[in-house]
Amino acid sequence: METFLIVAIKSVLLVVILLTVFAHFMLIERKFLGYFQLRLGPNRVGPWGLAQPIADAVKVIIKEDIIPHDADRITYKLAPVVSLFVALAAYASIPVAPPVEIFGRTIELSIVNPNAGILLLLATTSLGVYGITLGGWASQSKYSLLGALRSTAQMISYELALGMSVVGVIILAGSLNLYDIVAAQENIWFIFLNPIGFIIFFISIVAEVNRVPFDLPEAETELVSGYSTEYTGIRFGMFMMAEYVNMLTMSSLATLLYLGGWNGPGFLPPIVWFLLKVVLFLFVFVWLRASLPRLRYDRLMDLGWKVMLPVAIANLVLTAVFVVLF
Amino acid sequence: MIAVLWIAGALAVAGALGVVIAKTPVHSVISLVVNILALAALYLSLHAEFMALIQVIIYAGAIMILFLFVIALLTARKDPVERSEGKLEGQRELGIVAAVTGAILMTAVALSAGFGRPVAQEALPSGFGSPAAFGRELLTTHILSFELTAFVLMAAVIGVVVLVGQRKL
Repeated sequence: METFLIVAIKSVLLVVILLTVFAHFMLIERKFLGYFQLRLGPNRVGPWGLAQPIADAVKVIIKEDIIPHDADRITYKLAPVVSLFVALAAYASIPVAPPVEIFGRTIELSIVNPNAGILLLLATTSLGVYGITLGGWASQSKYSLLGALRSTAQMISYELALGMSVVGVIILAGSLNLYDIVAAQENIWFIFLNPIGFIIFFISIVAEVNRVPFDLPEAETELVSGYSTEYTGIRFGMFMMAEYVNMLTMSSLATLLYLGGWNGPGFLPPIVWFLLKVVLFLFVFVWLRASLPRLRYDRLMDLGWKVMLPVAIANLVLTAVFVVLF
Repeated sequence: MIAVLWIAGALAVAGALGVVIAKTPVHSVISLVVNILALAALYLSLHAEFMALIQVIIYAGAIMILFLFVIALLTARKDPVERSEGKLEGQRELGIVAAVTGAILMTAVALSAGFGRPVAQEALPSGFGSPAAFGRELLTTHILSFELTAFVLMAAVIGVVVLVGQRKL
């Protein structure tokens, strides 16, 4: 019963934190995009636009909920729910700091901690594409369908390279458990031991979360808004939340796998180190969006299958040889 | 644990029924995904952690996505592909006969295996169902079937290359 209670409290906290971070990350992204383009960004609601997330939330909730006449109603309503649920659930297996003592009880700072933690995380995130595909199909619109199909193809293609680079880390750490993987990086971060793996991993996560320069699924110049074209109000909001929470999950995963997780010099507590590294990744996501143009679709596929995958496999073999020999 | 068994079992059966009953192919795919996830939960209740995760990653995360991709592409319009019952006559009757026969056989096997009788709880060996134990079993005890499966997949890959290779690109 007590275990159940602890898990319940942690889950509610996690959802609240993730959604708060999502709301403010959107503001910060818009602010920085503004600065990159020599504009001010949102600055009307509150000082420095700080109340913008609240205004956005109110707006998205009270907007009219439009369902296209031809839409498949059940699937149309199901899709955003699937997207958001999977995005939130994925974070459950991510530890943010070593276990802490609260009221004489050792509490892990992740909701679950299975032996095969990294596999659980990959299994959950691999379900995220359902929301997008189902949403695109259920809208019964050309733009939505094309966006959804592009997105499916893209995510499947880059998931392979992503998986291969993760296997490299697993071989180096000798464990599938995220706590063990972080512990293995106490002396040297895996980004230094396996730099090629890190580059592949980073490119793949940008493609996985459909961000610039891989935002083909919602290429607004050709597809209006891709899979979410027909969605309005809170259902559209849920797709947005899922996208940003996924970005957060992937940034956290990159931190855990390559940047040594919460390891860092002792003058800052572990959780601060972890958050700093995650923020660094989030900033790079915004930076990319501000500076890079979109790839053409066939180039995207070529890059995924003809460059990333072979390099990832070669790197994996080299890593394995390296681990066996040294 | 027994509650997990009943809930996941019921979901698995509901998903399986949904696959055949649903009129729209995409709904069939969703039902099949529910079925696959319920099976993963069942594996988990049997302490087969690695098996459950692989079930989700491979079936729900990869194979069903491809199904959905193709079906969404082919049935871009909502009207169902099949309007009539199909050309094969007596499908329904044959189906019922096959289902009843299968049910009788499975009940007989379950009864003879002692289903429902209390079983002496044996302690599981440590690390049961973990990736390491799974891998060791796969590459020692079951190496032959493992390699044969790889052979079958290889044949499928070669088949695809041969079929596609004939087209002039």
